[in-house]
Amino acid sequence: MSTDQWLGLVTGILFGFLLQKGRVLRFEKQVGAMLFKDMTILKFMLSAIIVGMAGILILSDMEILKLSHKSMNAGAVVIGGALFGIGWAVMGFCPGTSLGALGEGRWHAVFAIAGMLCGAAVYAEIYPFLESTVLAWKDFGKIGLPELTGLSQWIIAPILWGLFIILFIWFEKKNL
Amino acid sequence: MKLRAIVLNCLLIFKAENSILLRKQTGTVPCKRKNINKTKENKMKWKTDDGGWSPYLAGALLGILAIASALATTNLLGKTSYLGASTTFVRAAGVLEQTVAAEHVKSNKYFTKTKIVVNWQFMLVIGIALGALISSVTDKSFKLEGVPPIWEERFGNSVIKRAFAAFAGGIIAMMGARLASGCPSGHGLSGMMQLSVSAYPALILFFCTGMLTANLIYRRTS
Repeated sequence: MSTDQWLGLVTGILFGFLLQKGRVLRFEKQVGAMLFKDMTILKFMLSAIIVGMAGILILSDMEILKLSHKSMNAGAVVIGGALFGIGWAVMGFCPGTSLGALGEGRWHAVFAIAGMLCGAAVYAEIYPFLESTVLAWKDFGKIGLPELTGLSQWIIAPILWGLFIILFIWFEKKNL
Repeated sequence: MKLRAIVLNCLLIFKAENSILLRKQTGTVPCKRKNINKTKENKMKWKTDDGGWSPYLAGALLGILAIASALATTNLLGKTSYLGASTTFVRAAGVLEQTVAAEHVKSNKYFTKTKIVVNWQFMLVIGIALGALISSVTDKSFKLEGVPPIWEERFGNSVIKRAFAAFAGGIIAMMGARLASGCPSGHGLSGMMQLSVSAYPALILFFCTGMLTANLIYRRTS
């Protein structure tokens, strides 16, 4: 295996280990969040974002690494995002956690993985059609919140941290 | 205020100890036991009831992994890669399709844009399964499960029913993830960390339609 593949594998193992330790791989945790009964996955995700955001923004300020935004293609993000949510609720896993769920023995994730492979193949087939319709509607390009708002990232990030922490306090109060 | 609480707790423990001593001497039942348990519950929990780690702790560690991984890919591979998963499903589908219809795959526009290679992210996704296996086996939370409990409560224990829903849900979710060009890993974790504009509406939509659908599926009529 190449360096590229080894590095991916090691990172993936650590990723999967933490996902399992945080108990966020499970069907009941994912559906629990959508039913507003168990906010474990949001606590986990937002904690990762708070810490990761600090590091990534500092390092990109120091020009040690480059940010890589995904394109803000309005139609694609809105329709794709909405579709994903529907599928996510029915399936009970997301793409990354389905493999992790399989790893911890929840073998019904196999059907979700098979479905996602099929979905990927279908997407590849209808891509030319989407390219000339939804994907061509309105593309704002690969932009970040600082460019959009004109505010420094060191104003936006603390606002988000504050919001996330308020959410945490609320979740703990409500025992979610 | 805190100091007072600590002093009070110490006093309670002291009293309880005394009552245990008293019981030994006189045979009376200690009555302050409950208070000791309560002070234990109030401490910050690093472990959850099911033996996992606090989601805040595990999440913060994942944040550190995301930073380390961005640094490692930049320095070792010359390109900054962020955690993500859904593109790999397209590549894996391509690998599978190639075995039956190589010509068709070659002519497909999407597969020429998203090259079919077993790259960093492909191995990352495989690693997730391995990491979860290692973690669950070592802390004994590994469990073979064919139908998840909430599903069983609502739709019974038929694996076929569950398989059908998971399969159909998978198709819809993956088409959505590819259209939005990201899933909760790529948009949710990596995009939100980088303050990408696209990540915020994407994640909000994931949750909104997810909540709507989940409530339609699981809401009790009674």
